[in-house]
This record gives sequence, C-alpha cells and structure tokens, in this order.
Amino acid sequence: MEQKQLGINCPIPISDYPNILLAHGSGGKLMHQLIQKMFLLAFQNPKLEARHDGAIINLGGAKLAFTTDSYVVRPLFFPGGDIGTLAVNGTVNDLAMCGASPLYLSAGFILEEGLPMETLWRVVQSMQRAAERAHVELVTGDTKVVDKGKGDGLFINTSGVGLIKHGLSIAPASVQPGDAVLLNGDVGRHGMAIMAVREGLAFESTIESDSAAVSDLVMALLDAGVEVHCLRDLTRGGLASALVEIAEASGLHVHVHENAIPVREDVQGACEILGYDPLYVANEGRFVTFVPASAAELALAILRSHPLGAGACVIGSVNENPACMVTMTSKIGTHRIVDMLSGDQLPRIC
Amino acid sequence: MRFIDEYRDAKTAEQYAHAIAHITTRPWNIMEVCGGQTHAIVKFGVDELLPGEITLIHGPGCPVCVTPVELVDKAIEIAALPGVIFCSFGDMLRVPGTEKDLLAVKAGGGDIRIVYSPLDALAVARDHPTKQVVFFAVGFETTAPANAMAVHQARRQRVANFSMLVSHVLVPPAMETILASPRCQVQGFLAAGHVCTVMGYTEYEPLTRKYRVPIVVTGFEPVDILQGVYMCVRQLEEGRAEVENQYGRSVRREGNRLAQQLMVEVFRIIPRRWRGVGEIPQSGLGLSDRYTEFDAEKRFGMAKTVTEEPAECISGEILQGVKKPCECPAFAMHCSPEHPLGATMVSSEGACAAYYRYRRLRQAETIQPGRI
Repeated sequence: MEQKQLGINCPIPISDYPNILLAHGSGGKLMHQLIQKMFLLAFQNPKLEARHDGAIINLGGAKLAFTTDSYVVRPLFFPGGDIGTLAVNGTVNDLAMCGASPLYLSAGFILEEGLPMETLWRVVQSMQRAAERAHVELVTGDTKVVDKGKGDGLFINTSGVGLIKHGLSIAPASVQPGDAVLLNGDVGRHGMAIMAVREGLAFESTIESDSAAVSDLVMALLDAGVEVHCLRDLTRGGLASALVEIAEASGLHVHVHENAIPVREDVQGACEILGYDPLYVANEGRFVTFVPASAAELALAILRSHPLGAGACVIGSVNENPACMVTMTSKIGTHRIVDMLSGDQLPRIC
Repeated sequence: MRFIDEYRDAKTAEQYAHAIAHITTRPWNIMEVCGGQTHAIVKFGVDELLPGEITLIHGPGCPVCVTPVELVDKAIEIAALPGVIFCSFGDMLRVPGTEKDLLAVKAGGGDIRIVYSPLDALAVARDHPTKQVVFFAVGFETTAPANAMAVHQARRQRVANFSMLVSHVLVPPAMETILASPRCQVQGFLAAGHVCTVMGYTEYEPLTRKYRVPIVVTGFEPVDILQGVYMCVRQLEEGRAEVENQYGRSVRREGNRLAQQLMVEVFRIIPRRWRGVGEIPQSGLGLSDRYTEFDAEKRFGMAKTVTEEPAECISGEILQGVKKPCECPAFAMHCSPEHPLGATMVSSEGACAAYYRYRRLRQAETIQPGRI
C-alpha cells in the first residue's frame, strides 16, 4: 500500500482554532470542518468519504454496515432514558440509517474512579434491556478506569455491525428530485429533556427524551419493498443540520414546510424561553426518510403503523435548484433558507 | 400553543399585510429597534409580506452587538484569571474581543459558566466562597432589573466574592442619536416591547414631539410586528406622531414601577460607548456609589481602554440603519458567524447574522416551493 505523506503542519490553521472548542463536537459547521480537514485528510478512503452514519463493507459475499459512536451525556440519567439506552439505541440507529439490520455491538466503558457501582449497574441493566428491544447482542467490550477528576463519571463507546439484505443504495447520492421527505414524529424532545435536567429548568410537565431504536421501522419499510433513497437520524444539530447535510451531499434542494414539522407544546415552550429553535435541537429516536413521491403514501402508512412512527408525516420534497440548499415555507407562508449552525445553540440574553 | 400560534398564523398575517398595503400611499422607512424583532422579521420573512413602499431598517437593539470591544476584552481578561468563575448569558461567549472570545478562554481552562439568570451567578458565588464569581451584566432595560436584584441581594446577604462587569445600555438615547443624525432615514419606530414592559413608554413621548416621529411599542411575533407596522404606517399616512402601544398584553404606559425603583437604587446613568456607534451620552448604566464594591472593573483593577474596531466592518452603519448587511463587501465573504468581523455577525439577533442565516444566496424567486 502506498504510504501517505501527511504534512507536518496541522491542517486546521492555528489562526483559526488553536484548540478544540466544544463547538467542534456539536454537529455544526466546526465539527464538519474538523472531519473534512483533519480526519478525512488523514484516513482518506472511499468508504469513509461516503460520510454516512456507518461504513458499508462487502465481506465474503455479505454486505455489512459498521459504525461507532461515543456517549458522554451529562446527567447520566434523564427523563426517558440514560447513557446506557443512548449507547445502544444510538449505534443501532446508525446501522439502521445504512439500511442494515443491526446484529452485534461492542461496548467500551471508561469509568471514573469513585463511580458508584450501583450507578454502573443501572446503566448496564438499561443497556441490556435496550439491546433486547433492538434485537442486538453485545458480544465484546472493554473496561478502563481513569483517575478521579479525569472523566465525567462514565463514558461509553459502542460499535456495531449490521447486515444489509437489500440491493438499494441508501445514501444522499441516491436522493432524486421529486423525492418526498418523511419524518417519523415530533422533534426536539431529547435535547430539551437533557437541557431541562442539566440546567434545573422546571416546566409544567416533564419533557421526556425520545431515545429509541428505530431499526424495526426501517426494516418494515425495506421489507415492504419501499424504494428508500436516503435515511438520516436527527441527532446532534437536529432536523435542520441533517437536511443541510443531505442537500449538500446530494447537490439538490430540499424544501420543507414549517407547519408540517411536529413539535410538542412543552418542547416548543422550553425552546421559546431559551431562544432555541427546535429544528436544531437533538433527537435520539427521530429520522428522515427520502422516498420517491409515488412511494410516500405507502411509506407513511408503514411508519404510522409502528408506535415509534405514530406521528410520522411528510415534511417536504426535493427539487433540483437552488442546489445544495434547504429552504422552508415559514408558518406565515414566506420563504427562507435553513442553514447549519456553526456550533451549539446558545441561550439568548432576552 | 397559546400566545404563540395565534401570533404566527398565516391568515392573520396575510390580513395585516393587506391592510398595510391598503393604507400605504408612498414610501416609508420604519426602524424596528430591537434585535429580537429583527430576528423574527428575517426568520419568518415578515418583510416579504410588506408592500414595496415599506422598508424596515434594523436598529441597534441587540445588546450583544453593541457591547464595546474593550468590555469584551475586559471580560476575557477577568475570566482567564485564576480563582475566578466567570458567569455569562450564553450568547456573549462567542463575541469576538480583540484577540479571542470567551469560548476560547473556556477551552484554555477558564471556568466560564452559562447562566440563565444573574441570580444563578449569585448562587454560584454562595456555593464557592473561596472563588471570585463575576457576572457579565449585559443588556438593555429588559435585563437590568434582574441584574440589579442580584447585586441588591449580594449586598444584603453579604456575598463578598460576587461582582459584576456592567455593560448596560439604554434605548431612548440611542433612538435620539439616530434621529439627530443628519443621515437619519428613519420616519417611524417600532419600539422594543420588552424594554417598555420594564420602563413603560413615557420616555418616548418627548421624542415623538421633538422629532415628529411616530413610535409604536411592538411585540416580537410576526403578527405583532405586522400590526406594529400597520399602526406606524397609519400614523405616518395621517400625519400623526404619537406613541402607540401594540404590545398591550405586556406593556403598560408606566411600566413596572418596582423594577424601575430597583434599577434606580442599584444603577446610575453614565455615558456609554456602543460598539459600531461610539459614545452616546447618558446611554448606559453603571453601578451606583452604594454598590461600587460589587464593580468587577474596580475589584480587578481594569484600566480604562478604548479599542479600535476593524475598519472594514460597517456594523456602525448597520446599527444606525444607514446600510443593510448585504451592502457590506465583507458580508458572507470573510465575515461569517464562524469568523465575525463585528458583533452584528455574532449574536443571532444581530442583523448580519440573521441575514447570513436566513437570507444568504436566497431570493424567493429562485426557490421552487415544493408541494407536500
């Protein structure tokens, strides 16, 4: 294999960002810049460059999806889930977004000295339950302990392998003008649930995370023969960032209707108070599906027949121009672009 | 959701748009003062609904934008000191100082915390008696009462390790500066609803008389803004110049007396430099003599400095409504939210950031509105 020569200079100039900022992990522009300029440059290969939720690998006649994700959520437990459910569901969902049926997971635990054993046990139990629900087995793992103060209680990394049983190419490159954009339910719940607990914000009702494995929904679509063009889960950066990623990667225009995007009232209220836009808030059980317009009705019916897709709806469509752009018909009927944020949303002053 | 949905209703918005078009006979320039209004106008595309004769000019009412560079530099200097916990509202962290922003200080190990209320910062001070806890008190009259309350409580509870870096600004002097300028193009104002919730609107009555300009106290939702524009245009067309209140569900003429009393006790009116505009007399709040021990600038011995702003940045002209963001040669070229040249590009309420986020490259006619 030809040896790659990496330059001695850091590809992200000192003048730009001499240090990692939190924004480099927020799913926005800075994170994409880091991936593009540093990781893709260093590790370049076609599988990585596809920039999918996981890599698609042909191995001994089988088509596999392979993915990894790390979980660093604070607090470890929150309404609707905990770091364990996230670690299983998140990786299962990444496999599902490749159109793969999830099979096996690994789990790496980085534990901080002093973490109560009972806390770890609770997390392990919820991982076990989540794995059972998602029909995956946790088949290998690793444990490391770091000094007190060198970790935030518990970090988990999970990797996953899934089997692709269909001949479709599920990727942004397969998106076509005329495609319908489907969403499986209301957005913004996970991010606001975490926010409410972390910042001690009390609302009238408890906002629960939407953390769930959506692989059954995806498999139902594929088993019914729906011609799925692209799937994307709406984690960091939320719905807006996911749509922008797909518009940019496909070179097409995605148009959505704000009125069609469901946001629960409590989530909307919490967002209004903090000056957040729910379209950029993270989800852990939501995804968009791009299908030909002719298949939209069938896909919608299949999604709605499953509890995790009961609130499914068509939120928009794909056109050719303006290329690489997401636009939206606002609630008052005007048009604007939907952009990716550079970093995290920050609460407003007033 | 109540108080949201009815103010974002397409049909109501359309009705107001028709009503505005119906009464408009010639061009009018109306300035919305508050950055929250600017954000809503650009996010919802409110101006798209207005007749061509009506131009909305985006005013200086974004507290993040107008905070002078030297105060951001002071914040950065204090936040980087050992033993300091620096508390701030979230959107100040990304504002560029001369060399860096507060997020960079945080990445370098500074203990910087986002708080939602100045009282949270006070609680941090109580919980960490061996640390110096500094709150970055930024904002217009809207945030001043809560900030005043934090200092007031700190004094009463003898929380000696708490202090404030104060950068408060006042709206009416800024409006008067705009009106008094020979380049002024503003013929009517939408005043900031939340500022008036605190202060009432008697302060604006002399301005309407002196400059013959209508001022409509306006809310922040699309229908609020359209209704505010309608009331303003109606005054202009009828040749009236009065203060009217569109935001009646929040604003009373006398404002919130209790809040005002607290502000008077804790703060005093001082001259203040506005980023992009320069010094405006009597346009800021500083801590009054009784509370001077809580002044972070004094506690940390910050020298008085004045920092030059990048010559290329036209945020001053934008804040005064003389130019629009897209008229700036740097806009979306080498000035973006990732690398802002001036503060109007930093805060989501800044006119440049709002245009960048919602307007860049966009022109309605190039969009094919997809069918569902």
